[in-house]
Amino acid sequence: MSGPTSQGTASDPSSMPETAIEIAARVRAGEVSARSVVEATFARIGAHEAEIHAFTTLTGEQALAAADEVDRKVAAGEDPGPLAGVPIALKDNLCTRGVTTTCSSKILEHWVPPYDATVVRRLARAGAIAVGKTNLDEFAMGSSTESSAFGPTRNPWDLTKVPGGSSGGSAAAVAAGFVPLALGSDTGGSIRQPAALCGVVGVKPTYGVVSRYGLIAFASSLDQIGPFATTVSDAAALLESIGGHDARDSTSLAVAAPRCSEVLGDGVEGLRVGVIGDFLNDASPDCSSAVRAAAEVLAAAGAKVDDVSIPELLHGLSAYYLIAPAEASSNLARYDGVRYGLRVDGPDVETMNARTRAAGFGPEVKRRIMLGTYVLSAGYYDAYYAQAQRVRTLVARAFARAYGQFDVLLAPTTPSVAFDLGAKTSDPLEMYLADLFTIPSNLAGHPAMTVPFALGEGGLPVGVQIFAPALGEREMFRAGVVVEAGADPAASGPVPMGSVDTGAAGGVR
Amino acid sequence: MPEDLSAETVAHVARLARLELTPEESETYASQLSAILEHVEAVRKLDTTGVPETSHALDLRNVLRPDDLATSLTPEDVLSGAPAVEDGRFLVPRILGEAP
Amino acid sequence: MTTAESTPDSTALDTTWEIVIGLEVHCELATATKLFCGCANRFGSEANTQVCPVCLGLPGSLPVLNRRAVELAIRIGRSLHCEIRPSTFHRKNYFYPDMPKDYQVSQYDKPINVDGYLELPSGKRIGVERAHIEEDTGKTTHIGGGGRINDADHSLVDYNRAGVPLVEIVSRPDLRGAEEARAYVSELRAILVASGASDGRMEEGSLRVDANISVRPAGTTAFGTRCEVKNLNSLRSLGRAIDHEAERQIALLEGGGRVVQETRHWNEGEGRTSSMRSKEEAYDYRYFSEPDLVPLEPDEAFIAEATAGMALMPAARRRRLSALISGDGDAPLPTSAVEQVATLVDLGLDDLVVAAVGLGADSRLALARGANEAAQSAEEARHLDAAVFAELLGLEATGKLSSTQSKTVLAELLERGGEPEEIARRLGFEALSEDDLGVVLDSVIAANPAEWERYVGGEDKVAQLLTGQVMKATKGRANGKAVAAALAERRG
Repeated sequence: MSGPTSQGTASDPSSMPETAIEIAARVRAGEVSARSVVEATFARIGAHEAEIHAFTTLTGEQALAAADEVDRKVAAGEDPGPLAGVPIALKDNLCTRGVTTTCSSKILEHWVPPYDATVVRRLARAGAIAVGKTNLDEFAMGSSTESSAFGPTRNPWDLTKVPGGSSGGSAAAVAAGFVPLALGSDTGGSIRQPAALCGVVGVKPTYGVVSRYGLIAFASSLDQIGPFATTVSDAAALLESIGGHDARDSTSLAVAAPRCSEVLGDGVEGLRVGVIGDFLNDASPDCSSAVRAAAEVLAAAGAKVDDVSIPELLHGLSAYYLIAPAEASSNLARYDGVRYGLRVDGPDVETMNARTRAAGFGPEVKRRIMLGTYVLSAGYYDAYYAQAQRVRTLVARAFARAYGQFDVLLAPTTPSVAFDLGAKTSDPLEMYLADLFTIPSNLAGHPAMTVPFALGEGGLPVGVQIFAPALGEREMFRAGVVVEAGADPAASGPVPMGSVDTGAAGGVR
Repeated sequence: MPEDLSAETVAHVARLARLELTPEESETYASQLSAILEHVEAVRKLDTTGVPETSHALDLRNVLRPDDLATSLTPEDVLSGAPAVEDGRFLVPRILGEAP
Repeated sequence: MTTAESTPDSTALDTTWEIVIGLEVHCELATATKLFCGCANRFGSEANTQVCPVCLGLPGSLPVLNRRAVELAIRIGRSLHCEIRPSTFHRKNYFYPDMPKDYQVSQYDKPINVDGYLELPSGKRIGVERAHIEEDTGKTTHIGGGGRINDADHSLVDYNRAGVPLVEIVSRPDLRGAEEARAYVSELRAILVASGASDGRMEEGSLRVDANISVRPAGTTAFGTRCEVKNLNSLRSLGRAIDHEAERQIALLEGGGRVVQETRHWNEGEGRTSSMRSKEEAYDYRYFSEPDLVPLEPDEAFIAEATAGMALMPAARRRRLSALISGDGDAPLPTSAVEQVATLVDLGLDDLVVAAVGLGADSRLALARGANEAAQSAEEARHLDAAVFAELLGLEATGKLSSTQSKTVLAELLERGGEPEEIARRLGFEALSEDDLGVVLDSVIAANPAEWERYVGGEDKVAQLLTGQVMKATKGRANGKAVAAALAERRG
């Protein structure tokens, strides 16, 4: 049953798509076919993907087949799932059976997994339709998507700017209006930072709430899969579909997916909100003033807002840049040219390994492997790695003290708005500072989300970050939806791509 | 403050990590890694006496599965990405030494 | 002190040297599936047919620990008298083609079992430092160059074995000499089979032994520099390798040289160890806590459930049987009896003997017939009904059957089954009646008048000769004790 939809037609790709919740409702009601939704999606992608480069792979055939299956279920009166017909983009470090999964690396450029990640299977059960794999910083190591072996992704708000990283492709795909939903992964901020730079909602769940089975590992004790969406309620719906215990992941919590949709109307009356003052000093004026403004929105809605100082969190960056590369150096050892992926031949296996890895990995990945190997090596383990794990405990304890007085915390998501492509690529340390405010949540295993709130310098979006304690997703979403309601609507994607020419976006520049 | 990593150290780390580096790369990494390590020096100096390490964010224990047979991959799927195959097995160039 | 009897071609070792050995034994656990995934744990399948994303280490895969492997590891710890503790997993990082992830998941500074011991049949206790859980690697075959790694053209890898659960059992360096090392492995194997942890098939690689060997002047306490000889897969190789390596080290030291700490490879064909292409310093494995697994803390209930119904260990079996043989006496068993007890336990025939004695059989006789005769057909003997065995022993003990006849009936029982009395009748083994015996005695006395006179005169020794004549005349049907009694009675 297809027909014109308010989500735009092939001839008018600039009209904005509906939210995921709206699409699902209409598909489930038989008002619009999943097939037409998918066709319109590919039309939008086709019109502007060349400028954005959000995707590494598009899965047109599979998407249409999945759409037809959804339509068949609807026609047969079977339940097609809560996200029926909703197009979704998947970060290209999520294993998809039969579809290349590259981690934006030459070493996996042609690798086709023989299995699906758990989240991919759950999305299929929910009726969502994967339309493609999105670009990322190689092996999820980066904050700008510039280290992708297949070229960078551009920020839909301004094509001369980075979309952030490492899940830049997913953030851009949602921000450009290609898809209402996307999945990314967050190890030190790789969902939240690009979400903030692209003016969309990004959520990192509590560690263990979403199964990592099928997520190609970067730093195992920090990685989490999470949603990108244009609205807080869409993000809640996506989280519900993918979260919950998985027997295939030993670090998966024995809980069901957090049910955040049902609390979105609860408001924040009496909720104790702490504004992390220490972070504000390290953020640009537009980013810190957005936090203050968001705090006022929450106060006006009945929250008890106060400042809180948690200076220990600032040590998180250093601890992270010891722990994450260490785990990564071990996780990436398997790419040795023996069983899959790139192989560069050599006279013996040791040489083959070394040449393969030299050719297959980019400089950022090599840098982190070297750093990680070093901090784990004999003589340095205790001073570096073990010490970083002790600092991690300090960060967790500092959070715990704060949560003795507060229910949620407020902070900037990023130190600044989106920066120029190429601005930070020559100095790795400069790039690492982009994660200053996002890293502490990964170290503690706590949930955190970013909500687009205001336009900042250059008319680029600024996001505000909400932290909650472990399994505090419901409080976090309650605050998130109130912040969203008080935000500048112009600061929120999707960007109307039809008005984008070479460098302008949505009346911004 | 740590000195710049020596060329020997970089070479040793590259060997452990099975990464073949050009001389230019070795030099670049030596200085970049040194800069990063200098930046994280502050962490080394923090007083963490009596503070335990956190290796897991969660407090899970005893996650076990029953000893039940599951379906394995077909050999075709197992070998599907293999750069070189002989006799149903993964082919590699000659191995120089025993496992360490 | 050293011995060289085990290897006929080795030169006699200088008796002022002591060979010190520590053994690391890798035991494949007898689970149905692998350590971290549901692939079959089965030997001998076609290459790469028991592999999944987890044990192949595909990007994105994650391990989930096999409950049964933990139970069996606990059983091993219990049977080696270890302390069973909370433990964690670590990654041991190194590159090798048979390693799917290029790190091995193992246990490092917090292993599940620590501080135990193994009791040898001789009674000596060998310290067991730890017995921890880890995953096995795949298998490489070297093609070209005679299958040796150094001369190969290329290698082929099969990951069927990758991820199979292992327990690595590390002994303290308490072993002295090849014999003791062999006894340790033999006893350990018996323990592992008895505990249900392993099928004990060394020829299938279920048990693999690495030996750490050093020498020192006898009577000193400092340890000499040790060399590790890896992958010894039979008791014979183990013994030969130890003797040859010890000889090599002694020759070095006696020549004024020093032993270099290294790993050496045992060449079965050439009968010697050779240095592997490895550095003198230890490899840097960069151990760190495995983030994909959570800690293991088995509580009392878990341990109790894991060890419930565990069979008696060999040492306990030997003690049980020995106690039965020696009865209430304190005197230690004679060496021959000790050996017989060990043989019975080793062959799994002690239950039979214990049960037969419980049904009234004479313990010494049961021991003898069990260890000397039944042991010859151990497989069949394991199915022999204890009541039937006890009945046969009773016939022999009361003199109704001679020892020779008893052995023949036993052989028949083992081969074809049946009942002792029925078999005896069929074979014509009925005991000689008193009258028949008297008739034979008359003829023997008549044929040996001089000897009879001497016996009647008090020379008891002659009874032996006369008895022998009677046995000959009756073709072994007479019972020695009955003949002796009859002679004595006849003499008056």
